[in-house]
Amino acid sequence: MSRLEILATGALATIQDEGRPGLAGLGVGVSGAADLRSLRLANRLLGNESGDAAIEVTFGGLALRARTDVDIALTGAPTPATVDGVPVGLNSPVHVPAGGEVRLSPPSRGVRTYLAVRGGIDVQADLGSRATDIMSGIGPAVLTPGTVLGVGSRALEWPGVDVAAVRTPIGDDLDLRVVPGPRHEWFVDDALEKLCSAPYEVSAESNRVGMRLTGPVLERSREEELPSEGVVRGSLQVPPTGQPTLFLSDHPVTGGYPVIGVVLSADVDLAAQARPGQQLRLRLTEVGQP
Amino acid sequence: MRLLPCGDVGLLVELADLDEVLAMYAELDQARPEGVVDMVPAARTLLLTLEPAVTTPAAVAEVVRGVTPRPGARPDAGEIEVPVTYDGPDLGEVASLTGMSEREVITAHTEEEWTVAFCGFAPGFGYMTRSDERLAVPRRTDPRTKVPPGSVALAGGFSSVYPRESPGGWQLIGRTDVVPWDLDRDPPALFSPGVRVRFVEAR
Repeated sequence: MSRLEILATGALATIQDEGRPGLAGLGVGVSGAADLRSLRLANRLLGNESGDAAIEVTFGGLALRARTDVDIALTGAPTPATVDGVPVGLNSPVHVPAGGEVRLSPPSRGVRTYLAVRGGIDVQADLGSRATDIMSGIGPAVLTPGTVLGVGSRALEWPGVDVAAVRTPIGDDLDLRVVPGPRHEWFVDDALEKLCSAPYEVSAESNRVGMRLTGPVLERSREEELPSEGVVRGSLQVPPTGQPTLFLSDHPVTGGYPVIGVVLSADVDLAAQARPGQQLRLRLTEVGQP
Repeated sequence: MRLLPCGDVGLLVELADLDEVLAMYAELDQARPEGVVDMVPAARTLLLTLEPAVTTPAAVAEVVRGVTPRPGARPDAGEIEVPVTYDGPDLGEVASLTGMSEREVITAHTEEEWTVAFCGFAPGFGYMTRSDERLAVPRRTDPRTKVPPGSVALAGGFSSVYPRESPGGWQLIGRTDVVPWDLDRDPPALFSPGVRVRFVEAR
């Protein structure tokens, strides 16, 4: 079996797949890659199943050694990457010979880079998934130097793609589509307009659970407590500060603050690449509209 | 019943009360609409999350509108007895908040059974409710940074058992040896929606 030895991890590196849907009734969130689109692309480039497990690298800094010949692909935040010191590109399958070292520098834009390997990362699945849920503590441990990861041997035909053309609007101001949330009526009449009136800045208090946003204050029209209720990925939940939190993959299953809007699922992938200090613009749309 | 879409991935079904929520949950658990991947019952709502590549909130809403929750229909989730040693650090506080003696608090907690409405906060943390609201106390103003696993707690009309050491703001009235969450158990959560819970005083 092929193996990868982790030499360095940077700020945070975890194993992620498409998560564990179906268990929210037990208090277990879906988790999975913060930027699902990038995870799936990395897998497709290698002929993997789209939900195979890969490494989610936060702000670069990952280094690993291949103990046997492997094929990898990097997607997501554009990190300068090398194999044995030779620069390699993103969004493309890359061969790594036995003993070869892969190193990822901090990305110039974006936050999360995905390193997939042909055959998929093979670690023990918990509740049907290899995703690390940092909030519930379920799934494989956060990667540390010295960890040795198995690589699966099952893969499909090579897709015959040398490089995928990817539009990565993750450097500049992000434009995210949002629809009115289930509790938008709990806010004053012009609150949804206000949500979309000026950009929000991504605060440093951001992780796989969610991103705190700083910008126009959203005022409530109802002051009573909302009984806790289920929330979805992409929800903009508004605590008493009036500043929304955008829920990402490891969000709590239920929340007790009203959700004023929900970012469409495809755009949550983009949001997951926003860096602290970066600006997000929310654009009101309707479900099903581009 | 009100249907509130949550983006392209969810539909929040707002119902009259917990009985209706559990009845609707039971019906939809029998015949899950296509593309619905998760159901989260809560005190007054049932969240259906869906796979946007397969279905839409509008299509799921159409199915939900055709379902009539039957009164009393609940998921048959069984009954669990939870032995509790009532020596929690907030037992006295709960007594003074409710105007009862500590003994009366213990009696009130054990008298009528509780039903797990939903799970949240942490895996295995079940929000238990019942009609008797004498023990509906507020959260602590100063949440603890470390609540020991197995702590039996009260807040906002709910009771629960902390599955693992975590921060927490609920009032701690006792402790139990039952394990709310065990990955080697199937299902891993002891307190799943619809489970009836009877607290008994440990001797």
